[in-house]
Amino acid sequence: MSLYNVQKFLYELNRDERVLQAYRTDPQQAIARYDLDEEERGALLEPDIGLLYHLGVNGQILMHFAAFCGIEWSDYLQRMRDGVERHGPVRAGVYALAGYEGVEAHSRRLGQDGGEEDPG
Amino acid sequence: MPLVYAGVCSHAPGITGRAERADPEVRDAFYAAYDAMRLRLEATQPDALVVIAAEHFANFFMNNMPAFAIGMAGYYEGPIEDPEWLRIDRFRAPGSPELSQRLIQAVMHTCDVAYAEEWRLDHGIAVPLHFLTPRFDVPIIPANINCQGPPLTPLSRAWTFGEALRRAADSVTERIAVIGTGGISHWPATPDSGRINEAWDRDFLDRWCAGDRERLCAYSDTDTYLDAGQGGFEIRTYVAAAAAGAGRGTVHFYAPIPIFAVGCTIADIEIG
Repeated sequence: MSLYNVQKFLYELNRDERVLQAYRTDPQQAIARYDLDEEERGALLEPDIGLLYHLGVNGQILMHFAAFCGIEWSDYLQRMRDGVERHGPVRAGVYALAGYEGVEAHSRRLGQDGGEEDPG
Repeated sequence: MPLVYAGVCSHAPGITGRAERADPEVRDAFYAAYDAMRLRLEATQPDALVVIAAEHFANFFMNNMPAFAIGMAGYYEGPIEDPEWLRIDRFRAPGSPELSQRLIQAVMHTCDVAYAEEWRLDHGIAVPLHFLTPRFDVPIIPANINCQGPPLTPLSRAWTFGEALRRAADSVTERIAVIGTGGISHWPATPDSGRINEAWDRDFLDRWCAGDRERLCAYSDTDTYLDAGQGGFEIRTYVAAAAAGAGRGTVHFYAPIPIFAVGCTIADIEIG
């Protein structure tokens, strides 16, 4: 479990053209220097946005990776929802620290409808 | 010269990046409020604009996260995001390193800050500049409060930072304007994106308009997260701006715009 390293890679990918090019050319090689476990490597190479969110990657980092992967905004949101559905609540990071409730629980507690009304 | 202007505004990337998906009526009213803010700001003829931001891992990461940072570069380029995604073309905004240095020196008497001679602007500053200084003809000085990676900068320290900025601005001969950008409640870039807790926002803005330090600093991070989302942590920028302005606040525009993922806000603070 090395959320820090997953986020470090994505942070560098988001801001450094050289890392971006390296990832485009050879993704496995590009992530090789980061201390990641198998699950994290798989999530980055797939790329599995839902699993990365479940692992705790901050959305402010993850949304740019999704855009880089050509994933449209509404699809990006849905993939995170699917990830929580499939894998369970966020495991670590800022969303887990403060106790992530999930979309539906959140809505109930705040007495509101869901998030974006028109995800499409 | 006393601070010439203080205000706050939203900065969510959807404001420009997903413009066509918003209700045109409310979107255009929001853009008009931004433009009116630009006119008020321009009328004060600022020599420099300090932008108190809550940047999102563009420059600062968990390997060395400052509670506060102030830019000291000759220029600032942005946006760091894909320009097509944000729909803001790449730009270079002028800085003022010598003025930055004097302000930083003054701030440091009462509040420890990191300084940065390199700083790439993300949407947190690029979106406000797009509306407020569209010709990039006003030197800017970016400032940052850690609103993203816990442990977060305490709210009480954000207030102290704002007071320190005010003292620093008043101590130089230049005409300094300050804006805070961020919040209020929102769940950006998460499955809850688009949720906005309007009641929480309006209560926060009441406290903010009153410049009520005690009530502004009363939120715990856990409560903020649960009631106002991760984006709610960005109230630190509003708290600092309130402390810098030190007068009563006036909300010129507030409306939840879900596709922008935030309660869109434009407000000024009297210079007290």
